[in-house]
Amino acid sequence: MDLGLSEEQEMLKKSARDFLQRECPKKLVRQLDESDEGYSSELWRKMAELGWMGLAFPEEYGGSGRNFLDLAILLEEMGYNIVPGPFFSTVVLGGLTILTAGNEEQKMRFLPKIARGEMILSLALTEPTASYDAASVNTKAIARNGEYVIKGTKLFVLNANVADYILCVARTRKTKDPEDGITVFLVDARSPGLKCTLLKTLARDKQCEVVFDDVTVLEKSIVGKRDEGWPIVKAILQKAAVAKCAEMVGGAQAALDRAVNYAKERVQFGRPIGSFQAIQHYCANMAMDVGGSRFVTYKAAWRVSEDLPAALDAAIAKAWVSEAYGRVALSAHQIFGAIGFTMDHDIHLYYRQAKAAEIIFGGADFHRAIVARELGL
Amino acid sequence: MDFKFTEDEEAFRRKVHQWLKHEIPQRWTELDPGIWEETEESWALAREFQRKLGQKGWIAPAYPKEYGGLELSHMKRLILSEELAYNRTPMSIEEEITVNWVGPSIMLFGTEKQKKEYLTRIARGDVIFCLGYSEPNAGSDLASLQTRAVEVGDEYVINGQKTWCSYGHLADYCWLAARTDPDAPRHEGISIFIVDMKTPGITVRPLINILNRHSFNEVFFDDVHIPRENLVGQKNKGWYQLVIALDLERSSIGYAAGNQRIIEELIKYVKETTRNGEPLANDCLTRNELAQLVVENEVARMMAYRIAWMFSKGLHPSYESSMSMVFVSEVMRRTANAGMRILGHYGELDRDSKWSVMNSRIMRMCLSSLSIGVGGGSNEIQRNIIAIRGLGLPRR
Repeated sequence: MDLGLSEEQEMLKKSARDFLQRECPKKLVRQLDESDEGYSSELWRKMAELGWMGLAFPEEYGGSGRNFLDLAILLEEMGYNIVPGPFFSTVVLGGLTILTAGNEEQKMRFLPKIARGEMILSLALTEPTASYDAASVNTKAIARNGEYVIKGTKLFVLNANVADYILCVARTRKTKDPEDGITVFLVDARSPGLKCTLLKTLARDKQCEVVFDDVTVLEKSIVGKRDEGWPIVKAILQKAAVAKCAEMVGGAQAALDRAVNYAKERVQFGRPIGSFQAIQHYCANMAMDVGGSRFVTYKAAWRVSEDLPAALDAAIAKAWVSEAYGRVALSAHQIFGAIGFTMDHDIHLYYRQAKAAEIIFGGADFHRAIVARELGL
Repeated sequence: MDFKFTEDEEAFRRKVHQWLKHEIPQRWTELDPGIWEETEESWALAREFQRKLGQKGWIAPAYPKEYGGLELSHMKRLILSEELAYNRTPMSIEEEITVNWVGPSIMLFGTEKQKKEYLTRIARGDVIFCLGYSEPNAGSDLASLQTRAVEVGDEYVINGQKTWCSYGHLADYCWLAARTDPDAPRHEGISIFIVDMKTPGITVRPLINILNRHSFNEVFFDDVHIPRENLVGQKNKGWYQLVIALDLERSSIGYAAGNQRIIEELIKYVKETTRNGEPLANDCLTRNELAQLVVENEVARMMAYRIAWMFSKGLHPSYESSMSMVFVSEVMRRTANAGMRILGHYGELDRDSKWSVMNSRIMRMCLSSLSIGVGGGSNEIQRNIIAIRGLGLPRR
């Protein structure tokens, strides 16, 4: 057993932290949060030059041949700094899905472009029910003359507003089993009939409503097999939950670091507030939450990386980290007091990140339900 | 990063598991004493079993071979602790103190003679120490202890009162912290001694614990004469020795493993129980509650693994152990509370009832778990350590 990072991983972590501190200051984060696009093409290009987009792709597809665990470590640093943009949707939701479920032609067509930073992807899964179960997939794709016509409304679609392609999860057949008859399509975001509207959200994270109004796609844009798309979606969700945990661990660590630094400097009653036991205990609890989150996340990421069954560990991680990050961000606000309640201060960026991350890919209750199922309950 | 155990380690786990399965006495399982529930009968069974364990080298597997240890790797020790706790091995809390605090302290600070005299016997399971730390006015503020040890010729004469000495009425020795220089600053005048509990002048008075059992004691020292050679380490440097000993390997993995077993029993219970005409396992609140326990216990387990892993890398965890300890203690309390909610009225029943379920473990745990975040440094003290040592927050 080895719970430490390898030398390569340490290097990745450190270079990511340095790069982001330099290239993605909070001023830029705020600008992007307030913009409609939500990402900086310059930063995007630089990240691609560092090989981040293709980090977990094999070299034959233009990647660096590293694994999911390495990607998780990079995401931890991206969470630490907060990096607005479509990295998560492009690489985790889009790229990894094509890598594991796509055919050779799709891989060759999409992955090198993603790796070079030339393509942005998005995943259109959730619908107005806002949940992650198969029965909620009601968007229809009807076969017609060797093509498919997609009709339906997708909600909470991350970064669809800037995506070149959207992975659309649609129903191609309705049977008694809701998991049967689901198909994943790669849809050109400029297709006629596709309409994307930006939603205004708490974390200002560019979630969209995407309406497919008779959008026509070719049969070859199916990822995997027709009607057998649900296992692909399940696999995406599992990876996405773990990857999101990694991002949250980074965010929680940043919120803790900031709160601790402030507690050391802020003087009241003639002494730093960090010398008061009430504040110290908040910080101790935050440190426990961060430490605990990190190791359950690494364990789940390691299992995904090693291709071992990871359903239980992924659910444990998302169930725990979702709530732990929320507690950490809340305590950070309490320590910052009034100053944290201003737009000018940075800590709310973490609080917002925590809230959005808690909900996406299922919150704690959703994942506890999976844990219970995995335990045979 | 690698979360799996090696094949050799897995084989070791199976070996320990098998051995325990065959060797744990039936009578012990019937008595089923939880923490703080020892009786004289269970104590005797535990002592006997510990000697068996000692023959395998599994009491103090970390010790050098010359002192009866196996110099076992940190990972195998982790596995051993997990298996011992999970399988409810006959042992008492004093075993942990003797093996993990007293022994290593003797190794670090003791004389050659003390090492020879005590270490092998500890590793064989022949001797048990009780702790003589707390006093009526020295709890969390341990450095304010007042028990005096005065050097007179070849002896020290001890006067004072200790309290919360668990199993002081059954232990062979007391690992005593006493003041040897009352004029020095309070951290500078404390020394550590080994005191034979049969020495004249020692009076042991029981304190009956919340489970209505005799586990703790007040111990009075009235002109207790002990040989000067029973001083451990340097005179007046005892506080520093004591603090180092608190940081010695103290993995809370045993608690997580024991708790794991309880959670599994609760899961089994809800699968077998019908409520309102439905299997209890179908009730979504119950499922949610049990899943949360599993999640929390996994976090606790990973925190404990991290400690063992740090040791295996030659690192010295300090606040990390506090984190692990605080966390698991609170998980255990939440497990007891969740268990009570799940069992409802049945959770209230003590063991002598024909209606009792899970051998009343939840009810007993509800009481016993109150001690986990208090003894050996309260959770508040542990949080201070995390904040000050771990996060660098100022003392003043």
